[in-house]
Amino acid sequence: MVNSTKKNLKVKRKKTGRSVKGSYTNLPGKEELIELYKQMLLIRRFEEKAGQLYGMGSIGGFCHLYIGQEAVVVGMQSVSIDGDSVITSYRDHGHMLACGMDPKGVMAELTGRESGYSKGKGGSMHMFSKEKNFFGGHGIVGAQVPIGVGLAFSHNYKQDGFVCMTYLGDGAVNQGQVYESFNMSALWKLPVVFVIENNKYGMGTSVTRASAGKSLAERGKAYGIPGLEVDGMNIFSVRDAGKKALDYARKGKGPFILEMKTYRYRGHSMSDPAKYRTRSEVDAVRQQKDCIENLKEILQEQKITDDHLKKIDSEIKSNVSVASDFALDSSLPDKKELLTDIYI
Amino acid sequence: MSTIKMPALSPTMTVGTISKWLVSEGDEVVSGDILAEIETDKATMELEAIDDGEVSEILVQAGVQNISVGTPIIVIGNENNSEKISNVVKQVQSGNEKIETVNSDKITISVREALRDAMAEEMRLDEDIFIMGEEVAEYQGAYKVTQGLLEEFGEKRVIDTPITEQGFAGLGVGAAFGGLKPIIEFMTFNFSMQAIDQIINSAAKTLYMSGGQMGCPIVFRGPNGAASRVAAQHSQCFASWYAHCPGLKVVSPWSASDAKGLLKASIRDPNPVIFLENELLYGEKFEIDNENEIVPIGVGNIVSEGNDVTVVAFSIMVGKALNATKKLAENGISVEVIDLRTIKPLDIDLIIESVKKTNRLVICEEGFPFSGIGSEIIAQVQEYAFDWLDAPIKRVTGQDVPLPYAENLEKLALPQEEDIVNAVLHILNEVK
Repeated sequence: MVNSTKKNLKVKRKKTGRSVKGSYTNLPGKEELIELYKQMLLIRRFEEKAGQLYGMGSIGGFCHLYIGQEAVVVGMQSVSIDGDSVITSYRDHGHMLACGMDPKGVMAELTGRESGYSKGKGGSMHMFSKEKNFFGGHGIVGAQVPIGVGLAFSHNYKQDGFVCMTYLGDGAVNQGQVYESFNMSALWKLPVVFVIENNKYGMGTSVTRASAGKSLAERGKAYGIPGLEVDGMNIFSVRDAGKKALDYARKGKGPFILEMKTYRYRGHSMSDPAKYRTRSEVDAVRQQKDCIENLKEILQEQKITDDHLKKIDSEIKSNVSVASDFALDSSLPDKKELLTDIYI
Repeated sequence: MSTIKMPALSPTMTVGTISKWLVSEGDEVVSGDILAEIETDKATMELEAIDDGEVSEILVQAGVQNISVGTPIIVIGNENNSEKISNVVKQVQSGNEKIETVNSDKITISVREALRDAMAEEMRLDEDIFIMGEEVAEYQGAYKVTQGLLEEFGEKRVIDTPITEQGFAGLGVGAAFGGLKPIIEFMTFNFSMQAIDQIINSAAKTLYMSGGQMGCPIVFRGPNGAASRVAAQHSQCFASWYAHCPGLKVVSPWSASDAKGLLKASIRDPNPVIFLENELLYGEKFEIDNENEIVPIGVGNIVSEGNDVTVVAFSIMVGKALNATKKLAENGISVEVIDLRTIKPLDIDLIIESVKKTNRLVICEEGFPFSGIGSEIIAQVQEYAFDWLDAPIKRVTGQDVPLPYAENLEKLALPQEEDIVNAVLHILNEVK
């Protein structure tokens, strides 16, 4: 069964004319490839577990899964340097894991426990780690964008040589404050890379029904901000574009926009039945463009054995189980936490 | 002949100074020529000739301070009654000089200067502090509050923004997360409504949402409340709006000492602080006791002691309450006036203590009455000092209407001294 599916996949790939291997002359070394694979897989398995825990009632409220989009944040993070800051909106679990935050602390926060990154007071959409330069986790569409420009402002003010990667979705690109941010960051040449994760739907509205113009990458044109459309399902395209953009910003040339063409397999949030798109649309992307499956094939071509891959898989699964057990074994926050952390 | 009078060049200008005459007596001028540079409460403006003619007499010399709007300053065209005009001007000038020389042995500064000095002193101490806002740098501040800061601290730390409140408020929040200490000026707090999501959702809540990891040391400051005839969209008190939200501190000083001491404290505070100034107070001068004093946030001040009634006020209403107090004293009524200085955290203990002494309370605020600061104080006072009250608590507030433009209606909409006098008399009669 597994084998035959694989065969089909290969045939479909040929049909679409895509050849993952052929597109890249400068593949990273084996070790790095494995590391990228592990990170994407961790996010995938972590999110699947989060989906399960949501179904069991252990995670409440809004929960937005990153499944399908893993190549974007893992790719970007892999070409950034320690000290670069990251900010995003509420589909943030993947970003946190890619920033090196502990899956245990993230899962504990999702389940509202005292051992969570925000002591259980933030939840899925509001998590932070100053230590890992992850600045949230913001629940209001687009509001993270000026804050990201502020982080870039502080990098510039301190001349510390770091760049802020400010992630936003295709839904956020129509918020006014995004253009206020484009303007100021271009005016003052701030070191910021705007990473637009275009997963085709802003909640339930497709990009074509919400956004005028052909390309989101061109949304900064009026401000002189260069933009690139990137195959966000392909981690190597992400890395190539990411390097270029980060390098540009780090050199003091100002902001850069990357439109990552990506796709989320799950609904907008856990409660979204996703009736606005067909099952076959989702399946087609999964089968033809899945970032993890693509990388897996490359690893196989690089003579990484099936045993090795299986070992990685079980390692990741076990890490996720550990995180989930840790979360569920953790206590709820103490009652007195209600009234702490309002003022310093 | 035409006599040109000191013009009103801004909504709040009551006096001006001729910084320079560009014409001399005997010069021929034509309509459109610039006659003088006049310093207003906000900027230096050019005064143009409206008619052609010869400058027959300059009535007020350059450099004379505080010439009231409406005072004749120059005569164009020959006329023999100019002598008379000169005399009038001299009288006005000597009147002004008198005001200026009162208490000249003490340090007297305007609220505007106090605010500027507070920022400058703190910026000298801490490189991470910067100020950002519309017209704060090259223009020297729309209300001249940031005058001289660009020159001293340079464009890295004194930054003109585009007109983009939500954007630069959010940028400030991000810079604070990134380790800096921003002072964000709103040209007026009315424009902060464009940015209110960033102030509340991003600045105020993040410390809590991050489990204490991410504080936001930022000051949002600017003029609040009614100015003068600028109508509904530019005249509103935001004390109650911001005080409603956990995570924010809200400060609203009246005197120059408090403006300075509290702004210094706000800049040093690790939390987001909403610092509500008042345009009409910017030019008001106060004696300063101790130039270097830091006034702690959250501590009210008894500005006038009394026994019969407690009057609580903040910002511009403190001055009105003090004037009302003087009138009431003439009738033998002794009023204790509390200047809240900070709205949140509220110094409720000071109010309770005073109410226990006077047993009567009047609360003044310029904002709308519904869910106002007065409403909150009433709730707390009835909870903690119900048995000490001898009369229902009375509020003196703005009317529950958008602020009208017409002079008479504007006056009716805003709380006046007489309203405070009447409120005090009212609750004293209640107990008889």
